[in-house]
Amino acid sequence: MKEIINLPVHSIEEEEYHINMGPQHPSTHGVLRLVVTLQGETVKKVQPHCGYIHRGIEKMCEKDTYQQIIHLTDRMDYLSAHINNHAVCLLVEGALEVEVPERVKYIRTIIDELNRIASHQLWWCSFGMDLGGLTCFFYGLRDREHILDIFEESFGSRLLHSYYTPGGLMQDIHPNFQKRTKDFIKYFRKKIKDYDRILSGNVIFENRSQGIGVMSKELAINYGVTGPSGRASGWACDIRKKYPYGVYDKVDFKEILRTDGDTYARYMVRMDEMRESMKIIEQLIDNIPEGDYTAKMKPIIKLPAGEYYQRVESARGELGIYCISDGNKTPLRMKFRTPSFVNLGVLDKISRDMKIADLVAIGASLDLVIPDIDR
Amino acid sequence: MAFNIYDFTSFNQSIDELLYEWLPPFWAMIVEMTIIGLVFLLAYAIVGLLLVYAERKVCAFMQNRIGPNRVGPYGIFQTIADFIKLLMKELVYIKDSDKLLFNIAPFIVIIASFMAIAAIPFAKGLHAIDFDIGIMYVVAVSSLGVVGILLAGWSSNNKYSLIGAMRSGAQIISYELSVGLSLLTIVVLAGTMQFSQVVELQSTGWFIFKGHIPAVIAFIVFLIASTAETNRGPFDLAEAESELTAGFHTEYSGIKFAFFFLAEYMNMFIVASIAATVFLGGWMPFHISGLEGFNHVMDFIPPLIWYIGKTAFIIWLMMLFKWTFPRLRIDQLLNLEWKYLLPINLVNILIMAFIVLMGWHF
Repeated sequence: MKEIINLPVHSIEEEEYHINMGPQHPSTHGVLRLVVTLQGETVKKVQPHCGYIHRGIEKMCEKDTYQQIIHLTDRMDYLSAHINNHAVCLLVEGALEVEVPERVKYIRTIIDELNRIASHQLWWCSFGMDLGGLTCFFYGLRDREHILDIFEESFGSRLLHSYYTPGGLMQDIHPNFQKRTKDFIKYFRKKIKDYDRILSGNVIFENRSQGIGVMSKELAINYGVTGPSGRASGWACDIRKKYPYGVYDKVDFKEILRTDGDTYARYMVRMDEMRESMKIIEQLIDNIPEGDYTAKMKPIIKLPAGEYYQRVESARGELGIYCISDGNKTPLRMKFRTPSFVNLGVLDKISRDMKIADLVAIGASLDLVIPDIDR
Repeated sequence: MAFNIYDFTSFNQSIDELLYEWLPPFWAMIVEMTIIGLVFLLAYAIVGLLLVYAERKVCAFMQNRIGPNRVGPYGIFQTIADFIKLLMKELVYIKDSDKLLFNIAPFIVIIASFMAIAAIPFAKGLHAIDFDIGIMYVVAVSSLGVVGILLAGWSSNNKYSLIGAMRSGAQIISYELSVGLSLLTIVVLAGTMQFSQVVELQSTGWFIFKGHIPAVIAFIVFLIASTAETNRGPFDLAEAESELTAGFHTEYSGIKFAFFFLAEYMNMFIVASIAATVFLGGWMPFHISGLEGFNHVMDFIPPLIWYIGKTAFIIWLMMLFKWTFPRLRIDQLLNLEWKYLLPINLVNILIMAFIVLMGWHF
């Protein structure tokens, strides 16, 4: 065992040395291990080592029914749990050709966007913290708490909700849901200006992020970097626009694009996405149609034999689910294309010849969630 | 033995005379040194603990939190409880570390800050030693701490510690220049390096007001450079917890860690004291020439209170910096010093010398 750990991972040039960032390190946000080859303070190579929080979710899916699989997807990207659930629900509904009530689509879209805002808020906290601005962390968490309270009231849980079921929702939304969501939007429109004031306009922050970790559009496409990180490089890859699901085709929103591809662009894309998400919610929240909160489904779901693929836009990028069914109540094979895993691949490419402090900033700007990488 | 809160000179002299009456001169001196040492040790610990508490409250205030509020009223005993916990913690010895250097390092850091504190005048007649080159002595001694930090990083046998120590070395050595030059600007104005005289000269007005714009620039440069010299945010690259976990003191535990921790806060106290003494008049009350009634009211406040108030104000400023700004990168940090602060400082000294020559200062 010792031999394997100490295996030379990369031939060391003159005056180079390795350090292990992680699995326990404050800026990897979990148990990611980066073997960094340094020359002085300059990063020469980054080798991510995954698997420290591998739980075998894909294998576990093979013995679970589709309703049970939803609970596993929560645990992948725990910050956008709803969106992960949404992907499984869409997959099952698409395979069974179930028509979901309009009300469900509206509610799902609103909650997805709330979830996206909450996820971006936490990303903002940790991004500020990684750059040394410790105060950001508490401002972000303070505002995220409001969303979690809304979630808690409607579905009884704050982080891992499992609120969506194939065909609809677990239960109807709480009567307060609309009012509280509107209150939150009003509140957060004011507070997001604080975010700009404390980080975006700061000279130190701009120097730390502009021109750091530049990812060209070609590189983003080659490595499949989706989500805000990809859009910061000018690649229009928003699934909500390209393959609309829910009621995204009925709302008016912009796909935020930037062309710089540096850390600052990735930061600004996410800040603008929070504003766009608020715009989407505002358009929908008063127009939720009446109706059932779930379609009529059989208690035991069996997908017809065949291959299915469903993608959604999670807070980190494109979440794809590939499923092979042999007609049983459990899938034969389930494969998740998780955005964090794919985005991690480009880290080595864009952080070479940067300083070690830039590596931390770049890692934070890619918004990696470690359980999403390892599944 | 008249105890006067406005002037400690006669009080100290009477103790001195009493001791020399009772004891032979050699022993009298030993006893005197011991008393002063004990007083400083006690003050050091109390001020350190108070500052840690203040930092936690200020940071809580900045971050929408309450801060410590369980141990004692408003949590004032929290830091004491923490300190007792640190005292009782196990000292972890690192495999393959350089034992001697590893053990010496925290003491060097703490001795450096101890030596600097000796030259600071706290009130009239209340200072341990009054060198005629006091300012130069403080600048020289306070940069000794970097030796301890470098040793800690080197002997820990940890790459993170080493990176932190090297950063710290580069940083402190560069910013030492700016600290020295900005103090030199005031030395040009004052014409003396002796702390007691520097304070006396400010009885008609603090140097920050007396010295026109160059004094203000020197004050701002000193604030920036001294924040960097004490390894505090936004210049806390030596610790940089998001990059290097804890930098040079990653491997330290228990009381040795507490030494680094205390020394960091005491360094902040020392640079704030120097800023207060050199730029804001030290223990000298705020006077406006011509307003006799106002000056009398100001004189009524004891000098010790003036000194503590000014120092606390500067410490508060430094805490606000730390909890507002993100951290700089090492190359940006050195750019800031060598490309901006140093040239500004050099020009500033020239302007100040010119002003003093022409007699334009107040």
